Parts: sequence; structure tokens; C-alpha cells
Amino acid sequence: MTTVETPSTREARGDIATSDRARGERRLGLYLTLPSYIVMILVTAYPLGYALVLSLYNYRLTDPGGRSFVWLQNYWVIITDPVWWNDFVTTLMITVITVAVELLLGFWFAFVMLRIIRGRGPLRTAILIPYGIVTVVSAFIWRYAFAIDSGFVNQWLALGGFNWFGDRWSAIFVICLSEIWKTTPFISLLLLAGLAQVPEDTQEAAKVDGATAWQRLYKVTLPNMKAAIMVALLFRTLDAWRIFDNPFVMTGGANNTETISFLAYRQNVTLVNLGMGSAVSVMLFLTVVVIAWIFVKGFKTDLSQVRGGQ
Amino acid sequence: MSSGTTGRRWTIAGLVIVAYSFFPLLWMISLAFKPPSDIVSGDPQFLPTTWTFDNFTSIFSDSLFTRALINSIGIALIATLLSVVIAMFAAYAIARLEFPGKKVLLSLALAIAMFPQAALVGPLFNMWRGIGIYDTWIGLIIPYLTFALPLSIWTMSAFFRQIPWEMEHAAQVDGATQWQAFRKVVVPLAAPGVFTTAILTFFFCWNDFLFAISLTSTDNARTVPAALAFFQGASYFESAVPYVMAASVIVTIPVVILVLIFQRRIVAGLTSGAVKG
Repeated sequence: MTTVETPSTREARGDIATSDRARGERRLGLYLTLPSYIVMILVTAYPLGYALVLSLYNYRLTDPGGRSFVWLQNYWVIITDPVWWNDFVTTLMITVITVAVELLLGFWFAFVMLRIIRGRGPLRTAILIPYGIVTVVSAFIWRYAFAIDSGFVNQWLALGGFNWFGDRWSAIFVICLSEIWKTTPFISLLLLAGLAQVPEDTQEAAKVDGATAWQRLYKVTLPNMKAAIMVALLFRTLDAWRIFDNPFVMTGGANNTETISFLAYRQNVTLVNLGMGSAVSVMLFLTVVVIAWIFVKGFKTDLSQVRGGQ
Repeated sequence: MSSGTTGRRWTIAGLVIVAYSFFPLLWMISLAFKPPSDIVSGDPQFLPTTWTFDNFTSIFSDSLFTRALINSIGIALIATLLSVVIAMFAAYAIARLEFPGKKVLLSLALAIAMFPQAALVGPLFNMWRGIGIYDTWIGLIIPYLTFALPLSIWTMSAFFRQIPWEMEHAAQVDGATQWQAFRKVVVPLAAPGVFTTAILTFFFCWNDFLFAISLTSTDNARTVPAALAFFQGASYFESAVPYVMAASVIVTIPVVILVLIFQRRIVAGLTSGAVKG
């Protein structure tokens, strides 16, 4: 039997003071978080709602008088237009390639960082350099390395005048290279944190029981860090899905290397076709929601793993 | 010894990773010191035929670059400061207080971290022109601080959770005033976390290209990443490559310095901020 606390017994123990305190704490908590709430909602939710409204109009900045309400026509134009699907496939390919390579490479980096004895500090310093470098700078470095006039790659591989950026898939290859170089360090650090969480004694126990190194990796290490892997994957996937800087600098979207973010930029800023551009923005947002949903529901990614989730 | 050879194997693997990190950097530096004629020689080499400092002199005498550099530094520093201050309040509340809306705030931060920023380019472009902050510092600072907030909040609340807050109370018991306890105990304990968060936030703002190119039109607020796209050679026949790379070297210097000095903290901040340790 549990004893039921009545208000009077609580009162008798002087819990009124603590509940006052709890109320004060609640109020302070709200006050302290209010600025964060306001900023995040004002700068994202409001413009997104605005985009939602604009997306139902035919509205070009160059022709403000021709603004008219067209219901969902913009969306229909987008999904029946090969440009959208081209950009969708490009974005999908870049995402799949970069995330897969980064996961494998990142794992290897994490293992090396975990096991290396001499030069652990310098190694971590080195790995943070690509992480900290400005993405546009990385894009220019790799672009110039593969360019016909300035690059050394064709020289070294004896490819003569091969134009890497003249073909869709070779251009995507170079774009992926720059993206992978810059972001693998981040994923490897997340994986390293996950690796460090795997208890050493379970490893030892498996070793004593005669498990090989591969068995230990598959049966002990990986299951133990599944949550860390999924969170790293989710963040990297969404990050790769938003890719903009690399294709912008390297190809300017030529040869079908335009990504969805790039399309949103081009419609809105270059063409100032705000109605259509807003519809692209909303579609981009929806694709991100779908990806996050797949991860959370489909792959059971535990987002409370993200710090602060408690 | 088998343990000796495995140790050496990991060291070699480490050297491979170091090479991975630095090779593109060497290429950048090499290009930045090449005379422009090396680029169009038709026989490109990895290293310059002659090393020249002229590219740096040129970009620093060009207002396109110097203005952009000032914009980059100013905007990134202000956005970082604001983001860290706003996040500090929230992180303190998350780490120390029980209140409704805590979960909502963390979910919102998560949603913002996943938000496709390109989806905001259109509406912000339109709104900023409407309220007259298009092509201004504040026009860039607002989106930067917003999108840096989730990172700042997570990283700092992770650090704040590790602080032994009882010490504040203990100091008061020992006769310190509340202010003294805060200044002498809490601030020194919290400062490393706040500082680490500031570094990560600065990297984030320093890196942005999408907003910088969408919400600016002149050198009034254009930052270096956006300005690089506008670089041109001294004449039509001259390549802009060495100039772009010289400017790249300049914007990479702060990154390298911060990484060199604060490697430990950055690693701790990145990992604690993203995954529960």
C-alpha cells in the first residue's frame, strides 16, 4: 500500500515553501529560455510560413503587378519538371556517396585515434584542420586541383586535357571528394566518442571467449555504439542533403550538377521568381522532414542521445 | 614484439591521416605563392616555379578583399557573441532548472539544426528588403546567430552539466556573498565551456556561404567566402586563381591558430555537444 499524500500533510511538512521555489524555478527557466525561443521561431518558423503563403502565388519580383493566386500550381509545375528530378537525383547521389564513404573512412579514423599511442594530440589537431576550413575554400582548392589550366591531377594521372567538370558524373565525383575531405573529421570524432563509450571489459570478455577481432567489432563494438552511429548518420545525411557551397563553386550547377538547395537559391535569388522559389523552398523542407522521419521511425534513431535530451 | 609492431602500425596510420588533412592545404599554399603566369603556362606543376608574395600584396590593396575581410570578422564575432550569450541563459536553465518547455526547447533546437537553410533564402531575401536590412551586417548576423544557437545550446548545456554547482553553495556557506560565489566559483568553472562553445560557433559563422551570397549585393556586408566568387585577375588574360588562394590562406589562418591552441577543447566540445558522453 502506498500512502496517499494529501495537501494537508504536505502543508504540515512545509512543502509550500518548496512548491513556491519550484514555481520560481519554473518561471526563471522560462525567462532564461525565452530569448532562444523567440529567435529560433522568428527566424525560421515565420519565414517558412511566409514561404508557404508565397508558394501559392505566381509572383516575380520583376513583375510585381502580375502577382496572382494560383493554388498549388507551382508545386505541380515543379514535380512535373525534369529540372527538379535531375536536382533530386544529383542531391541523392551526393548524399549517398558522401555519407557511405564518410562512415567507413570516419570509422577508420576513429579507430586510429583511439588506438594510436604516440602523437595522439597532433593527430587530433591535424584532423580538426579540414573540419575548421571554410567549405568554399575547400571547394576552390579541389576545383583548382582538378582544373585543366591550374590543376596537378591530370598531370599526375597522365590524363592530359580531361575536363573533370565537363561531365555530370566526374564533376559529382570531385564535388563528393571535397565534401568528404571536409566533413569526415566531424563524423570520425562523433564515432570516436561512441567508441570510447563501449566498455573495455566486454571487449576483454569477448577476447577471452576466443572472439576474433572482426567478431568483436560486429558483435560487441558496433551494437554498443549503434545509437552514436545513428545520430552521426542522421546529422551527416541531412547536412549532405543541404549541399550548396561545393557545387556552386565548382560547376555553378552546369552539366546537371545542381542540387535542391541550389535550385531554391537560383529560383529565389537569381531569378527572383519568389512564388516558384518559395514552392521549391517548401519542397526542400518537406524532403528534410521525410528524411528525419525515416531515421527516427524507420531506423529507430534515438534522438535523446543528442546532448541535452536527457 | 607484436605489441611494438601494432603500435607502429597505428602510428603509420596516424601519419596517413595527417597527410590527408594537410595535403590540400599544401596545394592551397603552393597556389597562393605562384606567379599568375604559372597557372596559364599550359604545364601546371604542384609547386610554383618561383615563389612570390605579390598575390598577397595585391589582395590586400584591393578593397573587394579588405572590405570582405572586415565584414567577415565583424559579422562572425558579433553573431558568435550574441549566440553565446543567448545560449548561455538557455543552457543554464537546461542544466540546472526544472521547468516545463525544456523538452520543447531541445526539440526546437534539434529541428533548427536539421533545417534546410536554403529554404529560408527566398523569404529572408524578400523580408530583409522589405524592412531595409538587406545587404547589411545585421541582415547576416540574425540568420547566423539563429542557426548557431542549437550548437551553442547543446555544447554549453553539456559543459554546464559537468560543473559541480554545489561549490557555489559551499562558498556561500563559507561566508562568500552570492556575487562573490558567482564571480570566484561559478565563472571560472563555466568559462572553459563558454569559451569552447564560442570557438565552435565562430567556425560556424566564419564558414557560411549561402546566406552571405543571398543576402548581400555589395561590399557593404559581403563576407570573404562570398567575395571569393567575384575575384578576377589583374587583366582579362590573367588568372584569378592565385588571388583566390591567397585570400583563402588568409581566412584559413584564424582556423589553424584556433585549432592549434584549443585542439583538446574543440574535440571535447564537438563530441560532448553531439553525443551523450
